[in-house]
Amino acid sequence: MLPRLEARAEPSTAMRYASPLLAVALTLVGGLILFATLGKNPVDGFRVFFVSPLKDAYGIAELLLKATPLMLIALGLAVGFRANVWNIGAEGQFIIGAIAGGGVALQFDGSASPLLLPSMIVAGAIGGALWASIPALLRTRFNANEILVSLMLVYIAQLFVSWLVHGPWKDPEGFNFPQTKMFSDAAILPVLVEGTRLNAGFLLALAVLLAGYVFMHRSFMGFTMRVAGESDAAARYAGFSAQRTIWAGMLAGGAMAGIAGMEEVAGPMGQLTEHVSNNYGFAAIIVAFVGRLHPFGIFLASLLMALLYLGGEQAQQYMNLPSSISKVFQGMLLFFLLGADVFVNYRLRWTTASS
Amino acid sequence: MILAALGELVVERSGVLNLGVEGIMSIGAVAGFAAAHHSGSATLGALAGLAGGAAMALVFGFLALTLAANQVASGLALSIFGVGLSGFLGKPYESVALAPVPTLPVPFLTDIPILGPALFNQQGLVYLSWASLAGVVWFLYRSRAGLALRAVGESPASAHAIGYPVIRIRYLATLFGGAMGGLAGAFISVFYTPVWAEGMVAGRGWIALALVVFATWRPLRVLAGAYLFGGMMIAQLFVQGSGAQVEIPSQLLSSLPYWATIVVLVAISRDLNTIRLNSPAALGQPYRPDN
Amino acid sequence: MLRSARETNGALKPRLELVGIRKVYPGVVANDGIDLTVMPGEIHAVLGENGAGKSTLMKVIYGVTPPSAGTMIWEGDPVVPANPAHARALGIGMVFQQFSLFETLTVVENVALAVPGVSDLGTLSRRIVAVSERYGLPVDPRRLVHALSVGERQRVEIIRCLLQAPKLLIMDEPTSVLTPQSVDKLFATLRQLAHEGCSMLYISHKLDEIQELCHTATVLRAGKVTGTCVPSRETPKTMARMMIGTDLPVPRHGAPIVGGEVRLRLSGLSHPSADPLGVDLKDIHLDVHSGEVVGIAGISGNGQKELLLAVSGEALLASKHPMQMMGIDAGRMRPGRRRRLGLGFVPEERLGRGAVPRMTLAENALLTAHRHAMVKRGLIVVEAAAAFARNCIERFSVACSGVQAEARSLSGGNLQKFIVGREILQQPKLLVVAQPTWGVDVGSAAFIRQALIDLRTSGAAILVISEELDELFEICDRIAVIANGRLSPAKRTADTNVEEIGVFMSGMWPGLPPDYEATHAA
Repeated sequence: MLPRLEARAEPSTAMRYASPLLAVALTLVGGLILFATLGKNPVDGFRVFFVSPLKDAYGIAELLLKATPLMLIALGLAVGFRANVWNIGAEGQFIIGAIAGGGVALQFDGSASPLLLPSMIVAGAIGGALWASIPALLRTRFNANEILVSLMLVYIAQLFVSWLVHGPWKDPEGFNFPQTKMFSDAAILPVLVEGTRLNAGFLLALAVLLAGYVFMHRSFMGFTMRVAGESDAAARYAGFSAQRTIWAGMLAGGAMAGIAGMEEVAGPMGQLTEHVSNNYGFAAIIVAFVGRLHPFGIFLASLLMALLYLGGEQAQQYMNLPSSISKVFQGMLLFFLLGADVFVNYRLRWTTASS
Repeated sequence: MILAALGELVVERSGVLNLGVEGIMSIGAVAGFAAAHHSGSATLGALAGLAGGAAMALVFGFLALTLAANQVASGLALSIFGVGLSGFLGKPYESVALAPVPTLPVPFLTDIPILGPALFNQQGLVYLSWASLAGVVWFLYRSRAGLALRAVGESPASAHAIGYPVIRIRYLATLFGGAMGGLAGAFISVFYTPVWAEGMVAGRGWIALALVVFATWRPLRVLAGAYLFGGMMIAQLFVQGSGAQVEIPSQLLSSLPYWATIVVLVAISRDLNTIRLNSPAALGQPYRPDN
Repeated sequence: MLRSARETNGALKPRLELVGIRKVYPGVVANDGIDLTVMPGEIHAVLGENGAGKSTLMKVIYGVTPPSAGTMIWEGDPVVPANPAHARALGIGMVFQQFSLFETLTVVENVALAVPGVSDLGTLSRRIVAVSERYGLPVDPRRLVHALSVGERQRVEIIRCLLQAPKLLIMDEPTSVLTPQSVDKLFATLRQLAHEGCSMLYISHKLDEIQELCHTATVLRAGKVTGTCVPSRETPKTMARMMIGTDLPVPRHGAPIVGGEVRLRLSGLSHPSADPLGVDLKDIHLDVHSGEVVGIAGISGNGQKELLLAVSGEALLASKHPMQMMGIDAGRMRPGRRRRLGLGFVPEERLGRGAVPRMTLAENALLTAHRHAMVKRGLIVVEAAAAFARNCIERFSVACSGVQAEARSLSGGNLQKFIVGREILQQPKLLVVAQPTWGVDVGSAAFIRQALIDLRTSGAAILVISEELDELFEICDRIAVIANGRLSPAKRTADTNVEEIGVFMSGMWPGLPPDYEATHAA
């Protein structure tokens, strides 16, 4: 008997929802095996990684805090991915958003204006969108591959923020650490739950998810982008502008990543550093896929991904494992998802070797 | 970088777009470094890099070829996974240094003035990159198997219809690309700068992908492109090393190769006709024979 | 007098026998219990309408796809060709309907790919030339395939098969890419081959050709054999009945309307193709009036695709003047504006262009009919889209599970009825239709043709581009021919015939170059 893939006459709706769950389960199994091969007790590892981060209200607040940027970015990316616009440079747009938002905070240092935070949000969104507009422009004008361009811009943004905090924006009283000075209170997002770091950015992310749902599933513009993603020939036939789709997809991703970056510096960090990004821009790509490019799915997937982040930190602290173990988990999750997705359109048939 | 770009070129000629080069190179770099560190042999390091890269390509092949998953997403997953795993595996090797690998001067040829020392006093892998370039050119344009490979990249359905095993050919191409990418990674960590640092591949995998576009899928142009980029990186380091005469911050200088990549991509991509006539028509399209 | 090949070899064992071949795809039984016997030197027709299972059966014989059940006996021994290479080694060659050539490779490289054991391209080139001369199939081995005409490509395919000295040659709808005159030449080649002992399976849905060429015929309908016959002893009518189960439906024509207003005017339209492998349009002149159906015939790849892109607005012209729609210069107008003026368009590719495969019929209604009160303040009015789709399904008898059915779940004929219906229900002033019945079952095809004629009678202007001459003669009031990116003058259907249109299709009509442009501009 041999397993053989056979096309389904109709794609399985059940599998479409089950496959992310299957991928999560396989990732967990993979994790257990990984712990075992590292000579750690798998059960302990599991507990440290997936259970201990959630043991109290503070832990849950941390989870939501970590999930916030992932939610924002993944939603913005999903708008593009649905239209086959491959913005892979959210990491760079995140950094530029952080720089733009942080720049406003530093410029108006000491201001107590209630308008400071909103203008930082706008600045972050514009910064991220501007950075994303480079690949959008090059793609629409010169047909340059947006994947490669947006990726190159990630490296450039990283080097740029590094230069800023080592040079012109370095805190003069910061003992020569590569970081800006701390932002003033009016430039920090208000904390939602006393005693935790969870801030108003989370509410903003939820609002964005809702708006994203309306845009993707109820608006005509969202429909045209879905058509473009399914088949560009059909979009051209119907007269939907391909350029507009690319711009909308790139800018949505850029603006959301920019806001996420701004929230990071105006939230838990309170200042701009070299390592503002923490790989959120890439992790969000996985979140978008695991969340089926659907706002509600993205919500759940970002919680899961945030858990992987926290688990990685815990593993580093208590099990003496490098924190890059989170990235290994992230990669595994996406692998397994892509693999499991095959069963949406195919089913396994056991056949005898002779037939 | 020649190695990685050449490898990817062969892969793309078979119609498979593997965006995982960055991850493959990272794994190649860490595997090569670890092997060289434990064995003390750079050759073993190179072989380990090769094997590591091929193993990564196998994972990609399973997803993108056997399961016909989206090639873009699979490649991205491979990159994220490879970079993460390399950081994870490489942790123990940080701040360990390898003995620099001596150059292999070619007798007599090094005596040619100026060109001699520049071209023929190199590490072994550099000569290998030239040899593989010649090999790839011969393979693609002179051999039957190369013809079949190009056919598969042009139209997998037609190739299947006249009896070529599309999936197997694509697997072999993918494995070759992975091995070359892994070797390129090992070159960086074992030969070029004999230390390991997380993220040391630093986008070279992506640049290799851009090189393939730059070369419009022709191997000889890969050589030109790779040395153009190599020259730029060295020039940039040279300016940095030369000290204070120039007031340009090092970070901004370091971003030059990335800007250059973008400029080159734009310059090449705007000419739609060249792209259409030279790019494999079925690039990025999954293929499943019906059964 | 020559005896027919069949009689000569009557005592021999069959070259190929199929017993109870069955092929099941998920959800579809493509072949069901097919029996078929081919003798050496016999030209055996496999006849059936689109979707009857002919192509699937040939794929099974050629090893492209394995059968689900049944036996294939080759020269007395049971075999299951594992892949096409195996089939070729047995002596089976196949000329595909959609060619299996590689555009960016040369002719000789293409041939080398399929002929095992030849490494020297020079030798192979000489062999190609030798075969092409022997069978009257001229072709230059050094040329790139994308520079060849469709007819030349077919010759390459045939030569590629002949180089392997096949014992059985499968031809899948070979004449669909040929002018009527080239068909005669092809038939001469095929008869020569048969005379030399090569058997042939000739797949077609064209009854007259089969009568002219084939010794025997097996008729398929819905995956089953519905009869075998000797075509020379049948009439087209009796074979048609075997093929579709009923008599061929004949459309009802209303009286043509004369002197309608010009809805589409192409005046000297020239446009270079965006695709370097495409065809440039050169100085095209055409008027389409309200109340008439104008057809454009031609072999595929002569500029049809490019002309459709230009008319639909998917490719914009360099200037607005050479094209007028409803009297307005439209060369630079985007597709959306053309539709607002009253353009409807049914493209050749149904899935992936005319409809989005993984979207529901309601969503696919939205695709082009969204101007009809389906969008309010940027948001979709779901009920309006569903109501439109429901109306379309009812009026055009689309067999499907409802408005929530995905487009890809429909059969070719039903999806085409939906798309045609969607465009007609928007009451277009000008409807452009490409290959209206390509790959559509006979019943749906008749329905669609009737719908087009009714629309024209109600006063719309219709432009039909088709490769099926019979169809154009059936529904058009005037017919023009496109060849090499140029358009012939449109002839009244009543004043022309298949032979004249056939001459036009080879690119020759009165008043053409070299001084065509000069005299016309004067």
